[in-house]
Amino acid sequence: MLTKRIIACMDVRDGQVVKGVQFQQLRHAGDPAELARRYNVEGIDEVVVLDITATLETRQALARTIHAVAREIFLPLTVGGGIRSEDDAAAAIDAGADKVSLNTAALRNPALITALARRYGSQAVIVAIDAKRRTDPAAGGGDYAVFVRSGTSDAARDAAEWAREAESRGAGEILLTSMDRDGTRSGFDCGMTRAVADAVNIPVIASGGAGGLEHFAEVFTDGCADAALAASIFHYADTSVTELKKYLREQGIPVRIC
Amino acid sequence: MIALIDYGAGNLTSVRKALTALDAEYMTPSSPDELHGVTGVIVPGVGHFAATAALEGGWRDAIHASTERGTPLLGICVGMQWLFEGSEEAPEVRGLGALQGRVRRLKGDAARRMKIPHVGWNALDLPRPSTLLAGLESGAYVYFTHSYAAPVTDDCIGATTHVEPFAAAVERKNVFGVQFHPEKSSDAGLQILRNFLGIAR
Repeated sequence: MLTKRIIACMDVRDGQVVKGVQFQQLRHAGDPAELARRYNVEGIDEVVVLDITATLETRQALARTIHAVAREIFLPLTVGGGIRSEDDAAAAIDAGADKVSLNTAALRNPALITALARRYGSQAVIVAIDAKRRTDPAAGGGDYAVFVRSGTSDAARDAAEWAREAESRGAGEILLTSMDRDGTRSGFDCGMTRAVADAVNIPVIASGGAGGLEHFAEVFTDGCADAALAASIFHYADTSVTELKKYLREQGIPVRIC
Repeated sequence: MIALIDYGAGNLTSVRKALTALDAEYMTPSSPDELHGVTGVIVPGVGHFAATAALEGGWRDAIHASTERGTPLLGICVGMQWLFEGSEEAPEVRGLGALQGRVRRLKGDAARRMKIPHVGWNALDLPRPSTLLAGLESGAYVYFTHSYAAPVTDDCIGATTHVEPFAAAVERKNVFGVQFHPEKSSDAGLQILRNFLGIAR
C-alpha cells in the first residue's frame, strides 16, 4: 500500500537553514547537509530545500546547497524558491534536485509549468500554493486566498481553483502551505487541505502548522493529504521522524518504517 | 566499466550520484560502439515512453547485442518499461522486447483516493528469491513515480500493488529492471544497485 509521506522542509538563506513564524521572524536552525543526513537516518521520506530569499532578492536557488544536500541523501529532493525560468529549473535539477517547486512564477507565467513538465516529466514539477482563509468568503474569490512573492501579495485567486488549473497545465503535485498556520504549531489547516485535495487528482502535500504527532494523523485522515511537510519540529529535534512514524502506524496510517 | 545510457530522457544526476557513492566505474557512452567491452549497461529514464524512441536504431541494436553476449542490463523506470515489447503510452514506439508483455496505464480508484500517477513509497512483495533483490525482505519500501507499469509475469521478482498488482522488479537471465527509483530509495535502493554492480563486474 502506498504510504503517507513525511517531508522535511529546509528554508535556506545564505546557505543556512532558517525558520520563521507566519513567514516572519527568521531564526537559524543549522547546516542543510547535516540536517539532511540526520533526517535520512531517522527515515524521512523526502526533503524539500526552499531558497526563501530568492523571490524577494532575485536570487537563484543555491546550487552549492543543493549539491551538498544531494550528496548526503538518496531520497527525492525538491528545490524551490526563485525558480522563474526553464534555466533556473535546469540549474536546480543539474545540481541534484529531482523536482522543482514553482510558486510566484507559475502564477505569473503558467506556461512554465507545461514547459517543465514536457522537458522533465510532470513528476518533476510541483506547484506550491501559499494560501490563507478569507475573512469574508461571501465577498467572492473563494474560501482560500492565494498569496505570492513570499506571502506578501494577494494573487486574487482561489487555492482550489488554482490547484486545478496547475494540474491541467502539467503539475505533478501540489504543495499547499497554510499561511495562517505556518510556524504556529497549532495543526495543519485540514479544511483547506481537503478542499484542494478534493479539487485535484494529483498528490497534495500539506504544509504549515505541524506541532504535535496528532496533527499529522489529522491531516492524513480529515485533510486527505498524501504527504505532510514540516520544518521547525524536525529541525529542533522536538519530534523525531522515527517517533512520528511509529505513532502514525499505531493510528492505522500507512507509513514507511525503515 | 558500466555504461549509463543518456538518451535525453530526463535527469541522470541522481543515478550518477548513487553510482559514485557506491564507487562504481561508469561512463556515459557517446556512441553505441562504445558498448563493446563494458561489464554492464544501465538504461535510466524519467518521463514519457516516447522518449525511448531516441534509442531506436544504433542504441537498440548495440544494447541487444551486448545483452546477447551476456552483459548484464538494468532498466530503471521508463528504462525498465523499454525492456518489454512496448507501451500503451506510446504504441508507435517499440521496446527492446527482451521481456514479454506490454506496459499499460495504471488504474486509479477515486473512491479510495488512489491516484495516478502513483507517487511515493510502496512495498515490494517478493514472490521468489532473486539476484537483484538479494538482501531485501518482502515488505521493503521503495520510491515510485509513474503512471504506467508492466504486468506481473514469470519474470517478476518484486510485485507492488496500487489498485492492482504490477511488476516492480524483473529479472530474466542477465536482464534486470526496476519500475521504482533505486537511486531515490535510500538504503534499500542502494542495496539493489550494489547487487547489480556485483553482477556486472
